[in-house]
Amino acid sequence: MINVDFIIGHMNYWLFIVLMMTGLYIVVARGNLVKKIVGLNIFQTSVFMFYISIGKVTGGTAPIYPVDSQGHIQVDPSLTYSNPLPHVLILTAIVVGIATTSLALALIIRIREEYDTIEEDDILKIERELSAQDSKAHGSAMGGRA
Amino acid sequence: MIETFINIILFAMLVLTALAIVRIDQLFGVVMLSGVFSLLSALLFVTLDAVDVAFTEAAVGAGISTVLMLGTIALTARTQKKATRSGFVPFIVVAVTGAALVYGTLDMPSFGDPNAPAQLHVGPEYLAGSITDIDVPNVVTSILASYRGYDTLGETAVVFTAGIGVLVLLSGLARRRREDEEEEDA
Repeated sequence: MINVDFIIGHMNYWLFIVLMMTGLYIVVARGNLVKKIVGLNIFQTSVFMFYISIGKVTGGTAPIYPVDSQGHIQVDPSLTYSNPLPHVLILTAIVVGIATTSLALALIIRIREEYDTIEEDDILKIERELSAQDSKAHGSAMGGRA
Repeated sequence: MIETFINIILFAMLVLTALAIVRIDQLFGVVMLSGVFSLLSALLFVTLDAVDVAFTEAAVGAGISTVLMLGTIALTARTQKKATRSGFVPFIVVAVTGAALVYGTLDMPSFGDPNAPAQLHVGPEYLAGSITDIDVPNVVTSILASYRGYDTLGETAVVFTAGIGVLVLLSGLARRRREDEEEEDA
């Protein structure tokens, strides 16, 4: 089953996966919050490209019918069209993607206001100190020796 | 043939851009490169016959999201701290996930196969119905606004909710900053 045709037919899926994993690597390995969002965007765009490539038909063209000078649709039976449904779904996904990105960026601005940093390591350090102080205060309020 | 050639060049540029984003520490450069990535992906959408998706990606991905990210780094920080932890464990995680995804593609139909399951259901009905039912030459438009109008309505609701969320998160930012400065002065 593994032959040259199979590899050529599936190569584009694997290339999209390479891009997707680059985005995932940025999200996991980098601590800066803005950079994490950029990584998520790369991941997201790769998924879009993957999805659009499923709708591509060999020899097909963009799903727009030709019109004559009066604006009436002239169907040309010799043309094949790519599947328009993935295009519509991905149009919706792009707009929803920018909405979630803007929400994430607003959260980053609020985090910076509270913690004065947008590096994940520093934020975790401050969080640990705060929770240590909390449990200390809680312990002494309960009459413990902590 | 020429199409395959263009696709390979675009892919090489996309991968190089993504790798540059991994390496660069200046956030301004990262944001600019993410805009470049969006534009390159818009070009790839054109070669995949998705012209509507291409111009939305160019306008929204390369335009609006770049502006929003520039605004964010102006309000927060311009550079990232040098990466201190090792990239080994994330690399293993990414490699395993990628291998699982590649395994998942082995059952998929070949690229551009006209008899793939995705090409046989609803898509042809929309293509044929768009002429008689809706009479709009662009099939993507007729699906977006008519056959799947509820999807678009839901999308509008999501964008509205996100807009309210951003407003609530950021309202009072300037006021709180002014108060902080007055406290420091006093």
